[in-house]
Amino acid sequence: MTDPIPEEQTEQRQRIARQFIEVIPHARALGMSFGELSEQGAEIWLPWREDLVGDPRSGVIHGGVISALMDTCCGAAVMVHPTGARSTATIDLRIDYMRAATPGQTIRAKASCYHITRSVAFVRAVAMDDDDSRPVASATGAFTIER
Amino acid sequence: MDRNEPLAAIKSRRDNALNALVSGVPYIRWLGIRFDRRGDELTAVLPFDQKLIGNPMLPAIHGGVTAAFLEVAAIVELTWTAIWEDMEQGRIAPDAAVPDSLPRLPKTIDFTVDYLRSGLPRDAYARAKVVRSGRRYASVQVEAWQDHRQKLFAQATGHFLMPQNG
Repeated sequence: MTDPIPEEQTEQRQRIARQFIEVIPHARALGMSFGELSEQGAEIWLPWREDLVGDPRSGVIHGGVISALMDTCCGAAVMVHPTGARSTATIDLRIDYMRAATPGQTIRAKASCYHITRSVAFVRAVAMDDDDSRPVASATGAFTIER
Repeated sequence: MDRNEPLAAIKSRRDNALNALVSGVPYIRWLGIRFDRRGDELTAVLPFDQKLIGNPMLPAIHGGVTAAFLEVAAIVELTWTAIWEDMEQGRIAPDAAVPDSLPRLPKTIDFTVDYLRSGLPRDAYARAKVVRSGRRYASVQVEAWQDHRQKLFAQATGHFLMPQNG
């Protein structure tokens, strides 16, 4: 038996990662949809929804929703990384809230692993709404790598 | 303080104010978080639900749910602490049915969560402590547990910008 060529490995890993993420009940409940998943990182969208609002006066989405989006996106970036984690869990996650997301607009998060060891992935993420020039939030986290 | 104020009046004032803080926020309702009150001490309760799952294989609560639960507990505790004196003195009476009576909420500047063990598929509890609250900034710590109060499954620290002019 010969080893699969790297390209096949990459495709298989990305397929597994996509399956892993798409079956997360909480991600589905929040209405997340998945964009690019590649070795460069992960991209996830979350459309605005009335029941996710944190401040009824302004209609701004709750910070906790951004946390869930960032956490999912960072975990997805770990899963698609070439290191080939079977599973991952958050060790710690810090979110900086730079501004309120504009009500009604979809939030897009992008995450990538900036360093990875045998057992830990260091991940960064940023969240945007329709205004690309001003991020809504940024995140850094450490994630386990289950082999 | 009026030592002879009827107990029912005290309880309804505090419960109404707490209810106004919590029930007016759609996302708190969506997650299903409620608050138990003993005097001024609040415990946030997150009843387990399938939609909170992050890893169906284990299964475990989603890390984002844990973060959101702790952030909700922190914001409610901070607002509750900030309005307590005005509420007790009768200067304000937040009412869920009157949007203008609701206190303005602090804004999260940053929030850091330590995940200490995986969240089990059962109810979770959290208590927040306002470590420092100045006129503009506040620092809050939160602890969350499930079966054992001493075995935390997550803890967090957050910094908040306090609402100005009430």
